[in-house]
This record gives sequence, structure tokens and C-alpha cells, in this order.
Amino acid sequence: MAADRTASAPAALTQATGATRGTIGESTLRPDGTLKVTGEFAYSSDLWHEDMLWGFTLRSPHAHAAIRSIDTAAALALPGVYAVMTHDDLPAETHYGLEIRDQPVLAKDRVRYHGEPVAIVAADHPETARRAAARIAVEYEELPLVVDEATATAPGAPLLHPGRRDHHAAHAPHPNIVHRQPVLRGDVAAARARADVVVRRDYEVGMQDQAFLGPESGLAVPAEDGGVDLYIATQWLHVDRDQLAPVLGLPADKVRLTLSGVGGAFGAREDLSMQAHACLLALRTGKPVKIVYNRYESFFGHVHRHPAKLTYEHGASRDGTLLYVQCRIVLDGGAYASSSPAVVGNAASLSIGPYVVENVDVEAIALYSNNPPCGAMRGFGAVQACFAYEAQMDAVAAELGLDPVEFRQRNAMSQGATMPTGQLVDSPAPVAELLRRVKALPMPPERAWEAAGGPVDVRALPGGLSNTTHGEAVVRGVGYAVGIKNVGFSEGFDDYSTARIRLEVIGGEPVALVHTAMAEVGQGGVTVHAQIARTELGVGRITIHPADTRVGSAGSTSASRQTYMTGGAVRHTCEAVREEVLRRGRERFGASHPAWAEPARLRLADGKVVTDGGEVIGDLAGILGDEAIDLEREFRHRPTEPFDLRTGQGFGHVQYSFCAHRAVVEVDTELGLVKVVELAAAQDVGKAINPLSVVGQIQGGSTQGLGLAVMEEIVVSADGARVRNPSFTDYLIPTILDTPAMPVEVLELADDNAPYGLRGVGEAPTLSSTPAVVAAIRAATGLPLKRVPVRPEHLTGT
Amino acid sequence: MRVNITVNGRPYEADDVWEGESLLYVLRERMGLPGSKNACEQGECGSCTVRLDGVPVCACLVAAGQAEGREVVTVEGLADHARQRSTHTAGAVRPGGPGAGRTGEPEVRPAEPEAIHSGEPGTGHPVEPEPSRPGQVAPLAPVQQAFIDAGAVQCGFCTPGLLVAADELLERTPDPSDADIREALSGNLCRCTGYEKILDAVRLAAARTGKAV
Repeated sequence: MAADRTASAPAALTQATGATRGTIGESTLRPDGTLKVTGEFAYSSDLWHEDMLWGFTLRSPHAHAAIRSIDTAAALALPGVYAVMTHDDLPAETHYGLEIRDQPVLAKDRVRYHGEPVAIVAADHPETARRAAARIAVEYEELPLVVDEATATAPGAPLLHPGRRDHHAAHAPHPNIVHRQPVLRGDVAAARARADVVVRRDYEVGMQDQAFLGPESGLAVPAEDGGVDLYIATQWLHVDRDQLAPVLGLPADKVRLTLSGVGGAFGAREDLSMQAHACLLALRTGKPVKIVYNRYESFFGHVHRHPAKLTYEHGASRDGTLLYVQCRIVLDGGAYASSSPAVVGNAASLSIGPYVVENVDVEAIALYSNNPPCGAMRGFGAVQACFAYEAQMDAVAAELGLDPVEFRQRNAMSQGATMPTGQLVDSPAPVAELLRRVKALPMPPERAWEAAGGPVDVRALPGGLSNTTHGEAVVRGVGYAVGIKNVGFSEGFDDYSTARIRLEVIGGEPVALVHTAMAEVGQGGVTVHAQIARTELGVGRITIHPADTRVGSAGSTSASRQTYMTGGAVRHTCEAVREEVLRRGRERFGASHPAWAEPARLRLADGKVVTDGGEVIGDLAGILGDEAIDLEREFRHRPTEPFDLRTGQGFGHVQYSFCAHRAVVEVDTELGLVKVVELAAAQDVGKAINPLSVVGQIQGGSTQGLGLAVMEEIVVSADGARVRNPSFTDYLIPTILDTPAMPVEVLELADDNAPYGLRGVGEAPTLSSTPAVVAAIRAATGLPLKRVPVRPEHLTGT
Repeated sequence: MRVNITVNGRPYEADDVWEGESLLYVLRERMGLPGSKNACEQGECGSCTVRLDGVPVCACLVAAGQAEGREVVTVEGLADHARQRSTHTAGAVRPGGPGAGRTGEPEVRPAEPEAIHSGEPGTGHPVEPEPSRPGQVAPLAPVQQAFIDAGAVQCGFCTPGLLVAADELLERTPDPSDADIREALSGNLCRCTGYEKILDAVRLAAARTGKAV
């Protein structure tokens, strides 16, 4: 029956025919849409293999403890259990990590956070595996905790990683500080002496979770050559493989990864979760092993957004010119490094926001602690800073008696500005224009719930159908914010992507096969790859090959980089394919028409070779015959350089993206309930390759920022660093009732350095929606609100 | 224990079901119907929404035994369900009409190499063989096509549950207000879209279905 279903799936897709529709700039529909709406799309948790086992992970109940002993005998004795593995059973390398290999595959003699993996089990039923794990006896001895900067750097503080020898250790001011990045420019002391207005405040950002819906899951299948095939939901197949192979004791070519359906990522799938565990169990038992986290485990299975404490001081002159900014950003990286160093680099270099400030004194650090490990999440270090600098911009404007939007516009950067890192902003930076756009949008009607003299519609009020108010104490507020995000990997990282294109004639019709290792995590990369290939090759039928490690790396689906990078690689490879088409055409038909001698004048369209005058001089079917063209090429963006470790100066980022928000909220001041009435966005995307997807990304990113503003936080108990709310009952993400209308204005100001002039889209909207919502709540209530998420007790003073 | 359930109009039986297994587990792991998703398995996200004797429920909160002898509709059966409904409601759906926008789409091969299957049945099996449909492409339910056309699908993990819930709403309320849509879908979490395009999709499905009447 399943075979029947899968057999029917491609049929549903191939009914699309040869017309060259769906080129760049069009709202082409998702190629995987039909599979996803019929339930046929195979997500990583849907995979099945004959004779497969289920894996389960035993995790630490303590945030910091020594492991005295582990006894697995009772677990192994349970019928249906095939393997139980601890640190002692690991075949080779025992640690992995994205930047620093500091994370144990399984804890050895010490656990450093609540939920750290201690042992793994494979059994013939998921419940058997769970019960077996519960029978593993682990003897712990709790150790003193490191939970914040004070406990991390106190004299005699326990060291999370004593004797660390990573490349950041030498210049980290303390072994419990993963990385430190200052940014120094101008003369802050002199500027402070000239300032008419000085505003200094502390801010705090809670620990947000990516909360993708598709749980961490995958299927590892042992192979006859002694290797392993892993079907997995991830963001970067090759970096997973490069971490896995040493841990499994296998050469890289014996660890083959294929992307299976990914149910969202948002940064949480950058680090390994169950990959190594499933492969180890598969190699140990000789059977396919599937691991699927439940929601509770998922909250322990991936890194979160760094919670942050920020201190900002802004100085301005009476005429509304920003004179200086001094700030300190402390990010809690938790027990392992993950991508903390890069998050620090982003937070530091983007800490001032999209404003021109000549005098800057910034310090950003990330701590090691016994809190849950933190790493990548949409916005990556820029989110925390944006919440603070935008609150500051409102506060300074208020001190100056200026309109907050006008104050921002006076100081807004534009093309040609210099970043605090010294980097020239050499492409459009329409910050003032984006603010103008959101401000100019019509406002939603006031008090819509009491319209037309009828009964009050409580559904539109804070608290909704719980009928908590009929509008008596509801006040409205409006807030604005804007942010700046880098696109792509920064600080000198060799960031590249690879595409392989095969062009051939099938059934008399040219068909292009696009093969990349790009992780489609929902963002729509598969759609734009087809659009790009169709545009460049003039071919109607495009087939997207499954992403796997049999082609070169595509880099990570993160940092808003995939349309730029893998989209760029697809275009770059298509150009090589086109050159080869023209070369073969010239060889065979060059005598037939003089235009063959001028390949620069020729393009491919509708399966034909066409001159710039529109004359058809050949067709692909005739040129290719039965000989395919099959080429693989790498694509790189322009090089960047590391930030100077003392001054933070350097050409660190590839590209910047900008988004502005206007939030309208209504607050029930008696109960502390907030209803976001509207969240309008304006974003410059350079070139909207797929306008429908672009708007979807902006709305989705805005909603995650809204979540951080009013509800989302992983609560870690202060006494024990234990996670208190690992469930969708207690970790709240916005529902359709919490999410307002979201009008979106899209600007397309080309970046001449980028493919098609495009600008990465995914992250920027997550930055400014949080401060815009909080600014609106401040405007409604008059409260200072220096912490997100804003909770009812912050609004009622209880 | 043995459980007999009619799923999408076909009788199924599953043997050796543990008392603690949910309807969701039995559908996904024993009957080979993984369309209903396992995002939270505690009734909070709605990704596993199915209809049990017509009523939308979270399949993760229904013990498999509770479904004994009852009728379940999952996302896999939504198109058939809509088609049957439309034959009872004269001319309610125009087959092929909403599908007109599906040209020029690239083909994606799902990541299913040999021997790896999506939700192959374990011990459960249909009592009757499935009628063969060689080369036939089943038209989607209006709400399914509208989700594609409106851009309401990103990662798609929430989509099956949302579709079942939205289809049930449209069955009850063919011309829902925005407030009706928000209320009906408030039990279905989506982390990608921000819901705006999901609202668009339900409005679109309602408009298309209404126009055809």
C-alpha cells in the first residue's frame, strides 16, 4: 500500500508540462506542495525500514553532576532490547561540535546541563526502549552550578571545560568565557562630554526556542561496506557528516547522508542531535535504527537562542544626532560552545543597529554555564542587540522630545555609511525609507470589537474567548523598530555552495536535473532553484534531485544565505552548462548562422538557442542529441575577513539586510493581557525571486519575533538550572489567535554584488518585530519594560 | 489487542496493539498512514488532527482502543472525503478547476531510496486490497489546493492537521468570517507561516467552493 502511494506521488507532479513558466520574479508554487497537502511527503519521523529498531536517549536529570557509576544490566535484560551504549562503548572520537569539539557524544564522568545524553538504547518498540532507559542506574553527585556571569567568573568558579585548548581560549578573558569581541571606534569619552542627553539602561532577553514542529528524527541504516547511510532532517548535510565520521571511526566516504523531509529548523538543526546516536546503535546492532524525539525531549535535544543581559548607553545632541553608543552584551552560551563565537561576532558588529554613530565602545561575550547549550536561532545574535538598541532609540527620542521614527530617520544609515567595524556599506541601505513605508500604511480601526453598536466581539479583545474583558481597561499603543542583519557566513569563513546540473533530452524534450546538498527546511529553496534553472537554461521541465552528500557541500541553510549561495551556485553552474551547449552547437551548426560565432549574443529560451535579436538559430534537442551535459561547480561570495580581536575592525560581513516594523497593540491594563492588533513590515529584499515565498518568510519571521516579545521563553530554575517548561503546554508559541494581520511592503533595491541583486530574507524580520511590539506596549502603558518576553505581571506590577 | 478501525472509508485491523498506544501511533506505525503528524503528542499542536466519526480530534490523545469500530478520516483521505461530500452537495466542487494553477512545476523526488519507505505498515493492514489507480491523478480537496496556491505551506509539518481542521470548518461553515477561521484553527500550531497565508488559503477555498455552487 505504501509502495502504491509513493508510486502515485511523482505522477501527480509530472503532469506539469513544458511551458517555461515559473522563472525568477514569479510566484511559482512549491514543487513539494502536493506531497505536503496529501500527507505523502516523507518527513524524517515518517521513515520506516523492515526490521528496524527504535532508539532512545537517557538524559541527565541534573544540570551539573559527577557521574560515579552507570549500570546497564537491567536495561539489557529487558526482552526486546538489542543494545545499550554508554561513553565506554564509543568506537573512536568522543566529542563533536560546530566550531569547538567540546560536546561529548555521551557524557563520561560529568554532566554539564539538564538533559545531557548519558546512554542510548535500541529496542524493537519505542516504549520498550523508553522502559529500558528507565532501568539504567546512574549514580550522580551534584556539583556547584555556574548560571550567570557572576558565578562563571567568581574566584574559584567551577570551570566548565578545564584545560580547554580551542583557538578562542588564548584570548578569552576567563576559561568560562567562550569568546569575547570588542568593537572600538572614535572617542566615546569626548563624545559623552559633548552630549546633551544621555540614556543608560539595562535590558534582558529570555531564552527563546526555535520550536520547529517536526521533531528531531532520522533513520540510520548500516551498509554492507561497513559504513552507514543516514536519512536525516538537518540544515547542513556535509557538516553533519564531518562531525559524524570521526565519532563513528569511519572515513567520510562511508558516512552517507540523505536529507529526509524537514519540519522546520530555524537554527535548531545546525548542531547534531540524534545523528551520532542513531548511527552508533545501527553499527552496533547491525540493524536500521530510527530515533524520533518526543516534544519533551526535543526541548533538550537542540540548542536555543542565547539569553542575554545588555547594558546600553546612548548619547545625543539636542538636535537629535546620535553622538556615541557604549554597550556590553553578555550572552549565556550554556554548557557547550556550539556556535557561540559566531553569535558573539554578530552581536558585537551589529550592536549599534542601522545607524550612523561615529563613537562606539562595544563588548560582547558568551559564557560557558550549566544552562542549556545555546547556539543558532533565526537572527543569530542580532535579535538580542536589536531589542536593546531600539528600546534605547525610543528612550533617547523621548528625552529629546522627538518623534521616535523621525529620530531614527535622522540617524539612519544609507548606502556609503561606515559600520562601527569600519566596513563600508556599499549597497542600498534604505533604513529611513523602510520606516517611512511602515509609518505610511493605514492604521487598523480603533476599538474594532465594539463596532456597529452591536454586542462587543470579545474574540478581538485581549484574552479573547476567555471573556476576560469587554474593553473597559483596554488601551492602544503603536511602536516602531528597524534592524540590521548580516547575510551569509562572516569573519573570513570559506562560505561556498555547490550545484550539479544535468541537461539532457528525454522524450524529445530538454530536461534539467538540479542536484545540490541544500537542506530544504521549508523555506522554499527547491522552488527558487527550479526558477533559476528554468530562467538560465530556458528549459520548462526541471527536476530537483534529493539533497545528499553525493554532491559537494551547499553549506548551511541558515544565515539567510541559501537563495544567495546555493541559488548562486545553480545559476553559476547553469552558465557553465549554457557555455557547453553553445560550444557543442557551434561545433555542429556553426556554419549555418553567423551568430554562432558570438556566444555573448546568444541565450537559451523555450528550449532554443536565440540571438539577442530574438532569432532562433538552434534547439537544445538537436544540439544535445542523446549526449547529456553534466557539470558541477562551486560558488563563493566575495571574501570577508575576521574582526580584529582588540578593536573589532574588519570587512566582516558579506551583505546586510534591513527590515522595519510597526506594531499596533491593545493592552488590558487590569489583567496584563496583550493583543497584537496588527504587525506591519517593510523589507528590502534586493530582488524577490519568488514574491509569494518572500512575503511568507517575512510574516513567519515577524511572528517568531512577536512570540519573543510576549510569550516565548524557556524557563530555567534559578536554583538548579533545570528546564521547567519543556512542552507545548508550557512553552508558548503564537497561535492563529495571537497573530494579527501582517501587511508587508517589499522593496527591491538591487545589491550589485549578489546574484540577481538579491538579499537574504529569512532573518531580518525576526529582529525588529520584537522591539516594535514592546514599544507599542510601552506606548500603551507608559511602563519601561526592559525585559522580554513581557509577561502579565510586568504589566500589572503584581 | 486487536483493533478494527475504518480509516478513510476502508476497514483496517491491527494486531498486538499495546493498551497504551495512541490512535496516532497505530495510524502512523501500524497502518502505514504517516500523514497525521507527531509534533507534540500531547494534544497541544493539532498536527495530528483527524476526524473521529466526523469530529476533529488530536489522534495523539485518543487511545487506539477508543477508536475500535469507528470511522477515521485522515489527511490521506481528505480528497476522497471532499469528493464524496461534493456529490451529496450538488456541484459544490469543480474537479480540475482549482488545479489549473499547477503548471510549470518542477518534479521533486521524495527522499526514499530502495527499501526506505514512508510509513510502511507494521502489523496493521487493510482488510481489503486497495483498488488500483494506474496513472490516475486524484484531484485534491479544494482546501488542499488552496493551501498550495496561497503559499500556506512552508515546511508543511502542521499542514495535514490544519487541512483536516479547515476542511471540517468549511463543511460546517461554508463562508466563514476571519474570526470563525481563527477560532477553528486555534488548536493548530504553525511555526513557519505566521498564519496569514493560512487565512488566505481558507478564504480562497471558501470562495472557490462557494463560486461553484
